[in-house]
Amino acid sequence: MTTLELRGLTKRYRVRGSGHMLALDDVDLSITSGRTVALVGQSGSGKSTIAKIITQLERESSGQVLLDGTPIPRRGAGLRKYRQQVRMVFQDPFASLNPYHTVRHHIARPLLLDHVVPRDDVEAEVGRLLEKVRLDPDLAARRPHELSGGQRQRVAIARALASRPALLVADEPVSMLDVSIRLGVLNLLADLQEADGLGVLYITHDLATARHFSDEIVVLHRGVVVERGPADDVILDPQHEYTRALRDASPDPERHFGGGAPVSTSGVRPTPETNGVPSTPEKKERRS
Amino acid sequence: MNRDPVLTLEGLSVTYDVDPPVEAVRDVSLTVGRGEVLGLAGESGCGKSTLAYAVQRLLKPPAEITGGRVVLHGAGDDGARGSDVELTTLPAAEMDRLRWDQIAMVFQGAMNSLNPVLTIGAQLADVFARHRPSMRRAERTARCGELLDMVGVGAERLKSFPHELSGGMRQRVMIAMALALRPRLLIMDEPTTALDVLVQREILQEISALRQELGFSVVFITHDLPLLLEISDRIAVMKAGQVVEISAASDLYHDPQHEYTKRLLGSFPSLTGERGDFVRKGAHV
Repeated sequence: MTTLELRGLTKRYRVRGSGHMLALDDVDLSITSGRTVALVGQSGSGKSTIAKIITQLERESSGQVLLDGTPIPRRGAGLRKYRQQVRMVFQDPFASLNPYHTVRHHIARPLLLDHVVPRDDVEAEVGRLLEKVRLDPDLAARRPHELSGGQRQRVAIARALASRPALLVADEPVSMLDVSIRLGVLNLLADLQEADGLGVLYITHDLATARHFSDEIVVLHRGVVVERGPADDVILDPQHEYTRALRDASPDPERHFGGGAPVSTSGVRPTPETNGVPSTPEKKERRS
Repeated sequence: MNRDPVLTLEGLSVTYDVDPPVEAVRDVSLTVGRGEVLGLAGESGCGKSTLAYAVQRLLKPPAEITGGRVVLHGAGDDGARGSDVELTTLPAAEMDRLRWDQIAMVFQGAMNSLNPVLTIGAQLADVFARHRPSMRRAERTARCGELLDMVGVGAERLKSFPHELSGGMRQRVMIAMALALRPRLLIMDEPTTALDVLVQREILQEISALRQELGFSVVFITHDLPLLLEISDRIAVMKAGQVVEISAASDLYHDPQHEYTKRLLGSFPSLTGERGDFVRKGAHV
């Protein structure tokens, strides 16, 4: 069981001429093995800044990042060890893989650098990781341009999993993919999470997948957490007006057509409004 | 719902003449009615952008129109009730005159297609300089200011450079540019894909209000089917160069006919409705 905790995280960027821009203001967040937390908010809300601080690509201005209660190391071997534990999947699989290198190289590199398996077993481990993300191990010899977007993102996920991390930060992992394969990649992440007890921070602006793919939703607005709670509650019964605005701006054919049955679902549906949705005790933990 | 047609496509085919040749658009027939919003849904590589470029006659080799016709209705010189013009066979000079004047387009990634070293006022004025050469400079500037006011950017931004505007504002500038000559048909290729939902919603409302005011038709191209379902009168679903299904938005939603349409609809988890395919087995609180 691993827990990553952000406490009072604040980030100021220096802006030429006008002093500082407050990108994150006193953010508390925790990610635990086996659970998915969705971080939602519009462009510029600070979502990616959180990802960068978690992976220590940026330093926080104040506040703490704790892994199992201990402040994370800032440099050297300690930081490398931390980064084995907390891995990142980037948004653009067309940009995050090196076009000169084979799939094998991408996945073998963390295995070798972090001495995850003995050198002789690397080849077999690459094959195992590819199978894990449901790719044919024969793809190991290919280069990124020979793969589709969905296959590339699976390679990026396999690479992230190579060092056997406890937590995964996925920054918009499917927004660059075609819609018909997004579901496959998200379900893959969900299955891997369940199988390995992985903790996932799912960063997205898509409220619908945030709702269906995560346990908890944290809503970020201008660097401030304005609402958090169980996924269904936050979407179906938002307390903060910003969450409501986000939800109302998201396309929702069901609401639009007022109760028409969508394809591929059956049985009882909650009404488009929030009535009929059971509230849970956790709700009082939400703050606005 | 019978409307006067603005645009008719009859058996349009576009082939990329490479080895082997790729038929990017195959035998597509559809009409766009006056004042209608036609949604064109499909995934990358399905031919939706190629189709839009073909209508505008903007295809570059190796792409070429290999069959069919594109007819713009009432576009002739003879007044408001002009004659029909076949765009596919129109001389290039004539097409240059019609393009933007009658059919304008907001391109994919449009907000990054503004020239970074020219003010947006100068770029808007270009449209008038090209298509309304007799217009005086003062009038051009006034019209450009009005356009920026119309899309909610504000005339005071005429002297701004693109990097001084947010993504949403740049997209509005592109819409202003497309509407500058009061076209009868606006083709929008993924106009809001790069924007977040709040800005997207604002821009959609803006387009809707402008359409009420100016009465143009829209072909709205995107992979975002839930969005199309909300804003379109009819939706055409494209796959591998073909329109596999075309029907009224609510029919498409309630009673999709083609397997691919069903699959696309099933790819979008419902925001507020029942949990669909996305439910994880027992993992939810």
